[in-house]
Amino acid sequence: MTANASTARRPRRPTKRRVRQGWWFPYLIILPAIVFELLIHIIPMLTGIWMSFKQLTKFFIANWSAAPDAGLDNYRRVLDMSGSVGMGFRNSLLITCAFTIIVVGLSWALGMLAAVVLQRPFRGRAVVRTLFLVPYALPMYAGIIAWKFMFQKDNGAINHILQSLGILDEGAFWLIGNNAFFALVIVAIWRWWPFAFLMLMAGLQSIPEDVYEAAALDGARPLRQWWSITLPMLRPVNLVLLLNMFLWTFNDFNTPYVLYGTANPPAGDLISFHIYNASFLTWNFGAGSAMSTLLLLMLLALSGMYIVYLNRRSENA
Amino acid sequence: MALSLTRRGFISASGLTAALAAVSSTAACAGSRQSSGRGSGALTYWASNQGASVDDDKATLTPLLEEFTAETGIEVEMEVIGWNDLQTRIQTAVTSGDAPDVVNIGNTWAVSLQATGAFLEFDEAALEAVGGADKFVETALATCGAPGTTPTSLPLYGLAYGLYYNRQMFTDAGLEAPTTWEEMVDAAKRLTDPGKGVYGMAIAAGSYTENAHYAFINAAQEGEELFDSDGNPTFTGDGVVNGILRYLDLMQTDAVVNTSNAQYDNGADSVADFANGKAAMIINQNNADTTIVANGMTHDQFGVVPYPAPAGAPDDTASHVAGINIALFANTGNRDGALQLVKFLTEAEQQATLGEQFKTLPVLKGEEPTFTEDAQEAAIFMEVYENRAKPLPLVPAEDQFESSVGQAMNDMFASVATGTVLTADDVRQALQSAQDTVSAAIG
Repeated sequence: MTANASTARRPRRPTKRRVRQGWWFPYLIILPAIVFELLIHIIPMLTGIWMSFKQLTKFFIANWSAAPDAGLDNYRRVLDMSGSVGMGFRNSLLITCAFTIIVVGLSWALGMLAAVVLQRPFRGRAVVRTLFLVPYALPMYAGIIAWKFMFQKDNGAINHILQSLGILDEGAFWLIGNNAFFALVIVAIWRWWPFAFLMLMAGLQSIPEDVYEAAALDGARPLRQWWSITLPMLRPVNLVLLLNMFLWTFNDFNTPYVLYGTANPPAGDLISFHIYNASFLTWNFGAGSAMSTLLLLMLLALSGMYIVYLNRRSENA
Repeated sequence: MALSLTRRGFISASGLTAALAAVSSTAACAGSRQSSGRGSGALTYWASNQGASVDDDKATLTPLLEEFTAETGIEVEMEVIGWNDLQTRIQTAVTSGDAPDVVNIGNTWAVSLQATGAFLEFDEAALEAVGGADKFVETALATCGAPGTTPTSLPLYGLAYGLYYNRQMFTDAGLEAPTTWEEMVDAAKRLTDPGKGVYGMAIAAGSYTENAHYAFINAAQEGEELFDSDGNPTFTGDGVVNGILRYLDLMQTDAVVNTSNAQYDNGADSVADFANGKAAMIINQNNADTTIVANGMTHDQFGVVPYPAPAGAPDDTASHVAGINIALFANTGNRDGALQLVKFLTEAEQQATLGEQFKTLPVLKGEEPTFTEDAQEAAIFMEVYENRAKPLPLVPAEDQFESSVGQAMNDMFASVATGTVLTADDVRQALQSAQDTVSAAIG
């Protein structure tokens, strides 16, 4: 800041001595952030990668350094699709991909719909907005455990309602079998759509009203206005929102953990939960770490491609 | 352009940070640390939850520990830990080295935990300090470590499975308490009336630990072992497959278990069904007495017989040697104090109190059971515990057997409940997958 100010006063001949005097200041400011980033994310991550090359089973967890090298064995086992470990990992990845696409897509659509509808002022709008944010504000555990009760077969609210409406003849299982996937999707959308709503609502505030008025004068109907004005102008918000929601949903651990506890059905075997079970239930931390590392590489590649693709598009635009 | 660069940078940064945060937390969860209260000079003790609630346990244990402090001058900081968390807490303690001095463990984990090398070996001197190995019942002592090794835990509470039945329902139907598997299924069929929501049996079909226990007991009744002499899993033998299929058939072909039981992920749900008259029989460990009575049934309304084997079965095993052991972390800073606590908790007087409160069987030779006033019930459980119970496999991979086979059975019950018909081949395939998982973890 000091350097910039002095440069502004004497733009033609900035003295090198003066610039050097303050060179350390920006680094000093970001130093705590770098230290904590290292402590909280990077060191555990590197430890995780190191663990993936070790045969870190129960025989060695009391003394990690004694764990024998596993070379690429953990990776081979996880990627061997003819073995049960590899098959389990692949199935879990496929389930997680389907889960992420459905949850992010529907949460975004619901959030957008609600944000647009609530953009017009009406009596009680603030109350409705607050109500919509309740799932996001509720403590996660309390919210998911309530869904767990509602999804019970014999005395859960969901089956009771579906039977009362004549949609089901007899109660269905929601927490075991294939329906477990849909239960997971419903709970995740319930948790995530208010976040999309919140971000999109904030984004909508920045679009000037007169753009819509001009479009209306030109005869643009609401859908056309949304497509030609709202969507392009919300692009910066959407870029960040979709990327973050994708990563959070892909790594969702809490929803299956609270919903299923120790009895996780194969249809609800999300990747984070799968890795947790592979590590903790079987005490095979090497294999669990190999899965985590593969997941990290995959997410980095996907995120990188997304960012490069969008930046190319914005440069071409 | 400046705006575009800023936005791009922001998106990149937020995306990468979120990805790293998400994955590094998963990769590094093994390294998280627990606070144990060490350093205050007091002994730290993690007690398992034995009673109806954590608070009940505190109420039982606190006066005993105060008595211990008065006798020895050693303070004890106790924490009662629920079963869902205990194993993970112990794992974290082993991994980080930040552990309590004394801990209760499920006795079936004893050999798995022994393999970590994190627990104190009860050599002759240590055994002498707690009153000698001779004071313990041999069945219970056998669960404290792998055969031929120095034990790393000692028996604290004994438990065994029994078949509980509703006396009134049996009398009304003119039935006798079953002595064979076939009689049990026949009685269950006659007492099942889905129209009234009443079933012959209730089981915790969604609990992987319970399921794993029945996999072991049923396989034992068929004369089959789950591990060979080298400690490698042998889950796909005919006896194991048939034993498990016989248990699944209670829901699948015999239809004496409500399909809803596939969601019962702990023993409390089936006990509630039994106490509320929705099920005529349950198979539970003897400490279920507390929960049954807490659910409104009086003690004279139920009877207990040993969990039956099929007529003519090669083996009449009725339970595994269930129970809780007590162990010391090897890195304890107060070895002598910790041994004194073990000695105190395994003395006859304390054992009598604990057995009465937690409804457990005595682990000391010559002690009378205090968990019930019903002499017949006490005799049946003692007979099962001492003569018809086998320890779960005493191999390091035992805990992995429980999680993998138990989870496979959870999934099979879920399939049955949602309409799939399982054959012996399906069961064998599921067990093969469980066996592969265990083999991979053994390395």
